[in-house]
This record gives sequence, structure tokens and C-alpha cells, in this order.
Amino acid sequence: MRKVLFATWVGAMAAFAAGPAAANDELNKMAQNPKDWVMPAGNYANTRYSKLNQITAANVGKLQVAWTFSTGVLRGHEGGPLIIGNMMYVHTPFPNKVYALDLSKDNQIVWKYEPKQDPNVIPVMCCDTVNRGVAYGDGKIFLHQADTTLVALDAKTGKVEWTVKNGDPSKGATGTSAPLVVKDKVLIGISGGEFGVQCHVTAYDMKTGKQAWRAFSEGPDDQIKFDPEKTMALGKPVGKDSSLATWQGDQWKIGGGCTWGWMSYDPALNLVYYGSGNPSTWNPKQRPGDNKWSMTIFARDADTGMAKWVYQMTPHDEWDYDGVNEMILTDQTVNGAPRKLLTHFDRNGLGYTLDRVTGELLVADKFDPKVNWTTGVDMNKSSPTYGRPKVVDQYSTDKQGEDHNNKGICPAALGSKDEQPGAYSPDTQLFYVPTNHVCMDYEPFKVSYTAGQPYVGATLSMYPPPGESNMGNFIAWDGKTGKIVWSNKEQFSVWSGALATAGGVVFYGTLEGYLKAVDAKTGKELYKFKTPSGIIGNVTTYEQGGKQYIAVLSGVGGWAGIGLAAGLTDPTAGLGAVGGYAALSNYTALGGAMTVFALPQ
Amino acid sequence: MRNIWFVVAAMVFAASGGIACAEDVADPTAVKSEDGKYFDKDGNPTFKVAADGTVDWYTYSGYRRYHSECHVCHGPDGMGSSYAPALKDSLKTMSYADFLGVVASGRKNVSTAQENVMPAFGDNPNVACYMDDLYVYLRARANDAVGRVRPAKHEDKTDAYAKAETSCMGK
Repeated sequence: MRKVLFATWVGAMAAFAAGPAAANDELNKMAQNPKDWVMPAGNYANTRYSKLNQITAANVGKLQVAWTFSTGVLRGHEGGPLIIGNMMYVHTPFPNKVYALDLSKDNQIVWKYEPKQDPNVIPVMCCDTVNRGVAYGDGKIFLHQADTTLVALDAKTGKVEWTVKNGDPSKGATGTSAPLVVKDKVLIGISGGEFGVQCHVTAYDMKTGKQAWRAFSEGPDDQIKFDPEKTMALGKPVGKDSSLATWQGDQWKIGGGCTWGWMSYDPALNLVYYGSGNPSTWNPKQRPGDNKWSMTIFARDADTGMAKWVYQMTPHDEWDYDGVNEMILTDQTVNGAPRKLLTHFDRNGLGYTLDRVTGELLVADKFDPKVNWTTGVDMNKSSPTYGRPKVVDQYSTDKQGEDHNNKGICPAALGSKDEQPGAYSPDTQLFYVPTNHVCMDYEPFKVSYTAGQPYVGATLSMYPPPGESNMGNFIAWDGKTGKIVWSNKEQFSVWSGALATAGGVVFYGTLEGYLKAVDAKTGKELYKFKTPSGIIGNVTTYEQGGKQYIAVLSGVGGWAGIGLAAGLTDPTAGLGAVGGYAALSNYTALGGAMTVFALPQ
Repeated sequence: MRNIWFVVAAMVFAASGGIACAEDVADPTAVKSEDGKYFDKDGNPTFKVAADGTVDWYTYSGYRRYHSECHVCHGPDGMGSSYAPALKDSLKTMSYADFLGVVASGRKNVSTAQENVMPAFGDNPNVACYMDDLYVYLRARANDAVGRVRPAKHEDKTDAYAKAETSCMGK
């Protein structure tokens, strides 16, 4: 097996050296058409940028609701619809319905799909029954259901073409992430970091559903698809057993490292990029070692799954700072030289920029000034701790030990940013990032593992940074220098994916339910409208009948629905109870609905 | 693991025999204590908060276990979430016996409008070994005896408790 993989890897490298491999031209071409929105992030680079420019900074103030659509589901609505020609595909959280709407026929429902799933999967979903959307390829819509079934539906009729089971929900594995179609394969991740699942990314043949490759986040080299000599980490080969050597005994088998975030793809390099989540359990004392390759950025060959390079951001996690957030691919000039970049805003509060060809670390800086668990990343290439974050002892839940309550750690476990994807505009060369502004107390303690049961081992409480009342910021970030350009305060965490447009307008949603439009250059608020429920979905744009539309799913929930629905801290009488400390339930209630905006006739 | 479930089942059975009506939630005042565990007049576990805010060990332990095992659905401090009830309210009307039964066996409330499913925790030592801790903590929350904060001071873990914990967790 090793030999075969090795041969494939060499083959792939040879093809790459000879020139760009034949990419999935269908999807890549379709993504160039700004009228459509053909994949979860709009394009392979995950920039969430649209060339549509009918709605501009000058006229966005006149935006109106064009039409709305109720999904009939109450729980948290993450992700957003796909738009392909006249068709719009809308997904929901569990029970994971999919609606196909005909935009040219007054948004009529052409077909509806609703799988039958065992409701016992609901409680093994960590943080609400969210789903982050469907993918398109080869005339099919791909849905990753809660029970980990990947289903291919005929995009015209909704008829099931094939299904495949990606994991075992009775062991705590669930499906929440959106698939990504690359060439002839559908790639999906898996959730279950709070249940000790050994997580992976798996590629299935788009035509048949047959498994093409599976790459685990931790385990022996063949399982994680590493070549000890060729897979690189910070400029050096990873060596043999790079994962196994960093776990005690067999702990990697229940090691987490889940892959429920967004994936991106560079067709020219034929590399897929994604991040892995927290090592299980949340009690760091129980799993000594760096726990590789949890909390890691992966670059893998799209055809074989072999890892080209990796970078572990948070070795031996002590705070639940999953590394799953999206990787945004851009081409920018750094120090006078054009570079192929990857930018990533991690839960740990650091914004990373790497060379996406080699994995070289270029920038690692705090994108929330309140981040205090680290003083920064060692950027000295000759240092033995190169690339590692320097952990502040006071906030090290490992150093302080079990049964010790570590106070005032920033960010909280939900990170300075969670799955809510940022956007990048090539016009301003800025990243637009929805962030959380929350700190925590964290106390780890011993737990024992039972298959299919939560495997957490820490208790935590969350609150805004001392002296502040806003629990979120929407920021503009310069990825080349690692600097915040502007920052808008939000009362609650911004848990909605951003959209940047050629009209000079950036859109995002808020937990109270506002869709907001801001000036891409200055952050000035230009428009807001309160949708039926809190927004944890991503903003999308498309053109239909010569008109530009902005669409967003509302439906409060997700992890935000846990802590925030109750209010994060005690609304003590002395504090007046209003402002940032008041409960989200005073502003919004459950309910899935899509709201679509356009300029007046 | 099986033995944990039997212990829990036996407790449910014994307790059900003693309490007829779930709505009739008794006075939570502690009338006696044994090895750091407090009981109300009906013999059900309850909390004890001293004048200076010191809580009994069970309340404190329950606070920690709750925020490890339960809060991802039921919200911080028993306040509820967008998809699971606030246990600080539920425990106002739920008896000790019913509490043990639901935690051990789970519960389903699936309709066209909602899908609320609670798993069975009878086989999970992180929950099953701490049923009384969770109950006592949530009972304290339901009676406003402890607020939305981590209890600042608590009584020590007793030797008897530590021994029982070790045997239950199988360490």
C-alpha cells in the first residue's frame, strides 16, 4: 500500500511539475460567472467575493426586500444557498431538507428532498443540528446529512442517485459541513470532536459514491496519508510517525481533530486546503504531547489525498481552539514579490498568512487585541520553537492543572472567530472578518471515554472582555501586514459569513437578525434590515433577470444559540442589565427563513 | 458499564416508590447530612449553602459536571438554549425520581414542529456517577440558592465521596 501511494504521489508531483493539472473545468468555469453562486464559498479560493456591482456604496441604502422564503425548520441555519442559472438550492438544519426553487418562475418549488434520519443523531451533534450547505457538480446536488450520509440528488428532479455513509453516529460522528466538489470527486469532512472521533476528510467518486481516499487527522502515516520524506512542515520533512509520536499510547484512536469547516482548492497547484479541530478531550492533562495533527492546516493533493505540507497552529490544545476555519486563497504582492497566499483566521485569535505552495509561515498576528493566552508565534526560523505560539503560563490550563479554574482567558473556547467565513476583496486587498469578542474561565478535570457519549472534561464560562460590553466585532484585516484596518463593534458575536462585492459594499448578518451593508473601505454602515430571526448563515449574491440580489438565511442557533440565548453572564442588577449583557432572547426567536434583497425597480 | 446502569435503575425504582406526584416538589431545606451529602425531609439529596456562600461539595461538583456534560444543550448555568429547556426551570417541578429516570434513559420529543432528543446517559460514567451532584446543583439553581456564577467557596470532598467516585468511575 505504501508503495502504491508513494508512486501515486510521485506521479501527481510530476504532473504538477509539468504544468497545471486538468482541473474540473466545468465548476471552475461556472464559478467565473458572477451571476451564479455555484459552491458554498462562491469560488474555490473561498474569497466570498462577487464581481456583481449593480448594488454600490452609493445606492445600497435604498435596498428593499424582494422576496422571502420560510424553510419550515426552527433550528440554527448556517451556510447559504447555491444559485445555478434559474435554480436556487436551499438547505436546512436537521432534518436536512433541500428545496430547489425556480427563480424565473416566481421562486416556485420545483422539488423538495427530505431524508428519513434516526432522530437519535440529534443529541450527538455538539452544538445544535446545523448544516452548512450543499454542493453542485456533474448535474447533481450533494448533501451531507446529519447522520453522515452523503447523498447525490439529481439537480433537475431531486431524485436520489446514490448514497454513502461517511461515519458512525452511534460513536458520535455526525455530518454538519458542506461538501466540496473537486474534479471528479466530492470531498467531505466529519464532526465529533466532543465525542472522541478519529476524524478525517474523505473523497468519493462523484459518479458512483465509491470512496477514492480517506485521510485521517491523526494516526499512522498510511492513515493520515503522509510521506515522511515529502510531506513538509515549516520547510522540513515531517519524518516517520509524525502523529503517533505525539500521543500517549492509543489515544490517537479517540483523538478528534475533526474536519467540519470549509475547504478550499487551488486548481493550478491541485491542492485542497482545510483545517483540523480540537484534540479530544478538552482536558489537556489527559492527553500529553503535541497531539498532531489536530489544530492543523493541511494542504493535500486533490487526487490522492497525500499531504504536501502541514502547519500545526496550536500544539497540545488547552482551550478548544479548533483549527477548522476557512483558508482564503489570494495572490498578493508581499515585499515586492508576487506570492500565492493562504490566509486563515483561527479560533485561537491569530490571523495567519502562509505561502500556499510551500506552507512557509509569513504572518501570525492577533486579530483581536484582547487575545492573551499567547504573546505571539516564534517567527525565528533558526529557533527550536519556530512556528510555535508562546503560551502564557497564567492562561495555560495544562500548566495550572486539573481542578484549577483558569480565569480571564481570551478568547473563549468559541474562538476569536468560529466557522463563520470571512471574505476578501481584490479591490481593497482587505479581508472582512466576522469575529467573537469573548473571554472565559476554563477548568479541566478527568473524564472517561465511552463510545458515543460526550468526552469533554472541562467546564467553562464565557463573558465579554473585562470593561467592555460588545461581544463581537466586524473587522477589516490586512493579511500582508497582519493589521486591523477598521473594526465595527457588534453587541453580539458576529456569527454570519461575510460577502464582499465589486460594488464596494461588504455584507454580513448579526445575531439579533440584522443584515448589514458597510462601506468596504471605511466600514461605515450604509444599510441594515432586521430579518425574522438571528443570522448565523452566510450572505450570498446572484443576478437574475438583469438584477442583482442579496440573499441570507436567518434562523438563530448553533453554538451561538447555546451561550448567547441565555445571556453570557449574570445580568447583575448593578450593571443595569441592558447593553452587552442582555440576553439574545430579548432580541430574536427561532425560525428558519431566507430573505432576498434588491434595489427598487 | 452495565453495573452503573443497574445502580441508577435501582435508585429510580426506589425513589419512585416514595414519591407519587412529580408536581409536588418538596421543600429543599436540608434536614440531615451524611458524609458531606445533604438530604431533605423526604430523604432526597439537596443543597446546603452557608451564610458566607460556601456550598456543599455536591453543588460544586454538580456545577462542574453540568458545564462539562450538559451545558452544550441546556445552556450555561441551566439557563436553556435555543433547542433545549432551561433546567433551572424544569427542576422547579421535576421530582428527584423523574430526574434520574430522564438522565439515565433519555427522552424524545419529536413532532413536525420540533425535534428535541435527549440521549440516555445511564452508560456514561461522566454523568451516571454524578447524578446526585447534577441534581443537587440544579435543585440549588431552581431554588435560586446559587446564582449564575461558579460557586466561590465549597466544602471539601469527603473521603467517602472520593472512594465512591473512584469505584464508580472504575479508575
